[in-house]
Amino acid sequence: MNIFVCVKQVPDTETKVTPNADGSFIETSSIKWIMNPYDEFAVEQALLIKQANPAANVTVVRVGSVKDTEALRTAMAMGADDGILVEAGDNLDSFSIAKALKGAIEKSGKTADLVFAGKQAIDDDCLQVPQILAQMLNLPSVAVVVGFELNGTAVKAKREVEGGALEVYEVATPCVIACNKGLNTPRYASLPGIMKAKKKPLAQHSLADVGVSDADRRVKYSGFRLPPEKPAGKKYDATDAGKQRDVVAQVVGLLRTEAKII
Amino acid sequence: MDFAISPEQKEIQELALKFARNEMIPVAQEMDEHGTFPMDIFKKAWELGLCNTCIPAEYGGTGFTSLDGVIISEALAYGCMGMNTSFMANDLALLPIVIGGTDAQKKKFLTPFTEKFQIASFCLTEPGNGSDAAGLKTTIKDGGDHWIINGEKMWITNAGHADLFVVYGTVDTALKHKGICAVVVEGKTPGIELGKKEDKMGHRSSDTRGVRFNNVKVPKDNMLGAVGEGWTIAMKTLDHSRPLVASSALGGAWHALDLSINYAKERVQFGVTISKHQAVQFMIAEMAMKVEAARLLVYKAAWMCDQHMKNTEVASYAKAFAADSCMQITTDAVQIYGGYGYSKEYPVEKLMRDAKLIQIYEGTSQIQRLVIAREVLK
Repeated sequence: MNIFVCVKQVPDTETKVTPNADGSFIETSSIKWIMNPYDEFAVEQALLIKQANPAANVTVVRVGSVKDTEALRTAMAMGADDGILVEAGDNLDSFSIAKALKGAIEKSGKTADLVFAGKQAIDDDCLQVPQILAQMLNLPSVAVVVGFELNGTAVKAKREVEGGALEVYEVATPCVIACNKGLNTPRYASLPGIMKAKKKPLAQHSLADVGVSDADRRVKYSGFRLPPEKPAGKKYDATDAGKQRDVVAQVVGLLRTEAKII
Repeated sequence: MDFAISPEQKEIQELALKFARNEMIPVAQEMDEHGTFPMDIFKKAWELGLCNTCIPAEYGGTGFTSLDGVIISEALAYGCMGMNTSFMANDLALLPIVIGGTDAQKKKFLTPFTEKFQIASFCLTEPGNGSDAAGLKTTIKDGGDHWIINGEKMWITNAGHADLFVVYGTVDTALKHKGICAVVVEGKTPGIELGKKEDKMGHRSSDTRGVRFNNVKVPKDNMLGAVGEGWTIAMKTLDHSRPLVASSALGGAWHALDLSINYAKERVQFGVTISKHQAVQFMIAEMAMKVEAARLLVYKAAWMCDQHMKNTEVASYAKAFAADSCMQITTDAVQIYGGYGYSKEYPVEKLMRDAKLIQIYEGTSQIQRLVIAREVLK
């Protein structure tokens, strides 16, 4: 059984994000990168399956910059067997990323029985890649999954819906599962695991190797800037009982003419 | 000269810090209050390979260097200095075996610690001798085909849970240093009597008590080195363990610094955050300076161990400087928190209580200065 896990490397949750000098992307030089937290649930689920089926092979795939490979190394230190890195800038759109993931999976020569991913990345919060990838691979997919059972080729996936209710989907492998918090408790990478991870195979491809070009971009970023600082609120003094009527009239007037909310 | 830790060490540090933040910090306060031994956390840390870092690879250990060991211990102490004392005590007890044991002894005593979660205790101090370690009174007598141990040990970390003790005693008190021996005693050996758990100011989650050895018989093979080599083994052990103990002070000081920075940026007085007041800025600058200086000393002392250089002097610099700095930094952290800092609702008063012990155990700050003076005035 071949299990693929798609991981993304995102800025640490404590990062203070600022645009870079020319506003073309965020400033990445001082960022500490971590594995997208939702992807940890995806890695853990794949490893749980591997624990029950020792013959299963878990491959982690990531599309992103080669500079820091934190997410791949962490996943392999947790227990994934091998990794694939598709070298790309950090500002690709969801469509290009999904296409690169598909290309990387196909290039591995293995047929995917299961593909896991986090339901969303906590940096751009697009929530699209697993679904686009499933469409491209022509596989069924279930997203926002909080429960997962595998029986032979039968998958039972639970997902949360509005109001706290659970939907249960039955699909057959191969399929794409986008994982949510609550699915499992991700393990730590053990120290022996960290040591072993160094020796695990890590394939590297360029975007061109996996058939992705600039023409695949559906979204182009035109610029990054921080939201304008909120100006301080205005205060109207209505302590003088004699003037209260006038002050109220003035505020109501401004809400109509300036704020235009009534 | 390279001041950077390796990418691998960085990863190890990240893991240990993640463990400290997720597993230790959330429960540290409560375990301190109730004096709860961190059995589950200890076991979990062991499963991840964060404990017993001194065991060489050929005996089933992870094969970490001393520097790796202090990087891990620093991060775990960031989580809780008290819990880290329990973790570290395992290394302290196993180090004499690593240093003075034969191949057969290492296989017999070290390897089980890599296969199953176990706890060890180092027994040197006695009620009547602390700093004057060579004045110990515990006797180790030749009983023919075994050794017989009699005596009382004090302030023994992990004693209440120990599967193995490394005990120092003398064949003849008149021989002073030259009579001292180290023997390994398995925890279940008859004649070991545990004292009551000490009710301490800090490090309350770590188990500390007296242990009495009443005619405890151990096989002849359990002696580390020859008769009279115990003192040398103990001193070499301290050269290795002092950087480790210093790293615990470093971790605690680092945590106090981080907490102080965060608090100073939030707390508003006179219309601005207190981080804008120079009085607070100076305290924080002092803390940052001392944390960095302590780190350099601690890493160097450990690095010297790895290079097989004699590190007695630098290890004492590291131990005294890190412990004294930790005391100053945690005291200032309480000051920065003000009234809140004095309350158990906030984390810094515990750090201040925990810091105090590191100036005392494993050679007081004064003994470290004595060691340093002896070395530099030679």
